[in-house]
Amino acid sequence: MTAYLIKNVSVVGAAPTDLLIRDGVVAETGGGLTAPDATVLDATGLVALPGLVDLHTHLREPGREDAETVESGSRAAALGGYTAVCAMANTSPVADTAGVVEQVWRLGREAGLVDVQPIGAVTVGLAGERLAELGAMADSAARVRIFSDDGHCVADPMLMRRALEYVKAFDGVIAQHAEEPRLTEGAQMHEGEVSTRLGLTGWPAVAEEAIIARDVLLAEHVGSRLHICHVSTAGSVAVLRHAKARGVKVTAEVTPHHLLLTDEVVSGRSELASPALANNWSPAGPYDPVFKVNPPLRTASDVAALRAALAEGVIDIIATDHAPHALEDKECEWAYARPGMLGLETALSIALDVLGPQWDLIAERMSRAPARIAGLDGHGVDPAPGVPANLTLVDPAARRVVEPAELASRSRNTPYARMTLPGRIVATFLRGELTVLDGKAVK
Amino acid sequence: MIRHLLSGADLDAATATQILDTAAEMATVAGREVKKLPALRGRTVVNLFYEDSTRTRISFEAAAKRLSADVINFSAKGSSVAKGESLKDTALTLQAMGADAVVVRHPASGAPHRLANWVDGSVVNAGDGTHEHPTQALLDAYTMRSRLGRIAGLHVAVVGDVLHSRVARSNVLLLSTLGAKVTLVGPPTLIPVDIPQALAPGTDVSYDLDTVLPGVDVVMMLRVQRERMNDSYFPSAREYARRYGLDGPRMRRLPEHAIVMHPGPMNRGMEITPEVADSPRSTIVEQVANGVSVRMAVLYLLLGGNNR
Repeated sequence: MTAYLIKNVSVVGAAPTDLLIRDGVVAETGGGLTAPDATVLDATGLVALPGLVDLHTHLREPGREDAETVESGSRAAALGGYTAVCAMANTSPVADTAGVVEQVWRLGREAGLVDVQPIGAVTVGLAGERLAELGAMADSAARVRIFSDDGHCVADPMLMRRALEYVKAFDGVIAQHAEEPRLTEGAQMHEGEVSTRLGLTGWPAVAEEAIIARDVLLAEHVGSRLHICHVSTAGSVAVLRHAKARGVKVTAEVTPHHLLLTDEVVSGRSELASPALANNWSPAGPYDPVFKVNPPLRTASDVAALRAALAEGVIDIIATDHAPHALEDKECEWAYARPGMLGLETALSIALDVLGPQWDLIAERMSRAPARIAGLDGHGVDPAPGVPANLTLVDPAARRVVEPAELASRSRNTPYARMTLPGRIVATFLRGELTVLDGKAVK
Repeated sequence: MIRHLLSGADLDAATATQILDTAAEMATVAGREVKKLPALRGRTVVNLFYEDSTRTRISFEAAAKRLSADVINFSAKGSSVAKGESLKDTALTLQAMGADAVVVRHPASGAPHRLANWVDGSVVNAGDGTHEHPTQALLDAYTMRSRLGRIAGLHVAVVGDVLHSRVARSNVLLLSTLGAKVTLVGPPTLIPVDIPQALAPGTDVSYDLDTVLPGVDVVMMLRVQRERMNDSYFPSAREYARRYGLDGPRMRRLPEHAIVMHPGPMNRGMEITPEVADSPRSTIVEQVANGVSVRMAVLYLLLGGNNR
């Protein structure tokens, strides 16, 4: 196994030092290290972060290997600075049995680019009718701890209560896709001025907020852990703030796209939360389904509330909701397009835009906290002697223009096409092995 | 001149007025024995209809033919669309056949905008989902101008299912551009609260038809689908008709000069009674005739007929 000596690197924003990586762990840190057998990487100007952990990734395998595979998604993740991703259950077949989650887990191991931790479905076939065999998935080789019907809400309150209670036996957590289905029938985009102007059926904020309010009360009642996927509204932030103040064991994620893009981009306007990124960028035109996502892009005031909540900690983590889709599922009428956006290869850049060079906060929101929620040992730990060498090196001064054709994902549905983003992942290590070097995948 | 007509918002006052003036000239053709002009000879207009709409399709077809264009009717039924061909592939096919203009009716909002990305010719939105129907707004404006002599300063009530109405959206945009005042009337479930901010800031909203009627010059009744009551937008067709339908007594609350419009097809007995629909105030048949003139003007101007 190759040893690596990383010279002059700022570990999570601290003063530059050297890191020696050997036998899969960080062997030594300190100034002026030498190791004749090690490959030396000059990391002057670079920041080392604990390898990023994504709690919400769609890898599409099994079932839609034309859009993404475990291997291509893993490569995209490594290029984005990730060392672990949690693979959502809405594959075909659905990951609702020990057999399917073990298959995904094994494919992840074979790819060997990131640790792929399968998420199990809460209900059989995501149908919301009866519980899947949660215990069998927990006891399988995949050791599933997060369960989610993501893409669908566990709308039945009785079933949600039972799921929350049941997974306590193995310290599981239910990750809820908060969307009251009766309030979002036929919904195409955020309900508001833009949907009225464009004549698209609205997805009201209250459909998300009502489910979050219900579920934090349920979680409090039964004393269970609850995780809220892709929080998208200011009202949801208020509900979460209230629940956390009461001591409810709830965690929440926000996606990079909900931190930057507003519903105005659907009408073809370049209205972003960040004026710097809006510079020289505009959507290709109105009704471009690359901006169709569920939950939908919200208003500028929602985006502002989400950015503040992330900084404050009411929202615990950034999760990508990386959702690859084949070209034909996006190159069509808005109403017929599938919802979802790529995110793995651009997430850190958006985090830099939102949080700036607050490296400790970035490490917390993108690595430590998601690793804690997922219960992933060896991930989310800052580089220090003796810890597994899962880390990534970031060049914060770099700028890059996003070119969809250059992405490692099999799909091209990035909403940031032709946008100039800050920061660049230079290298990523998984247990001491390079997965990315000079911004390129090693294997 | 603009290249496509996708939305009422594409039209500034000068362009809209140019279209209405040109339509008035086109209308003189309808009175002739030979109702045909050579303006678009050799040009190809495709009617691409993904929804059944006999009246709109016939209106566009008559307009194109009166301008001597070659007309191809492409209906979603019995075509390759029924076999699952994508809008993009259909667009590329039309492009390869040399369509100079594509008139598109589609159930999905924004489909004409998507189509405009893939064809070189002009795209005319003939109604997209619950979004817009700009030529309907133009023919409505034309009808108002010919009946009442002006548009600026008129007060127009648009009554009914505004939420799902492409006619309402295009009318709000165009009428406010031309200086008319619009009041939207209907049950709160069918009027998006943010419509003034979304479309035109001067637009008013009312939930009470009776108080609005005495102050308007034009009342435009929208078609309301009975099925909406299954989604609880209103309790029953009868209750809707009682509160928001235009009947004889309500019509008599209108000022003497006021006109009654409806884009058709009507639900007689629902939003409008036969007494009103067939009254002298009703412009419903005129609207149909004016539709051909206005669409002639749109095709003529978009295809540069005035530059040849």
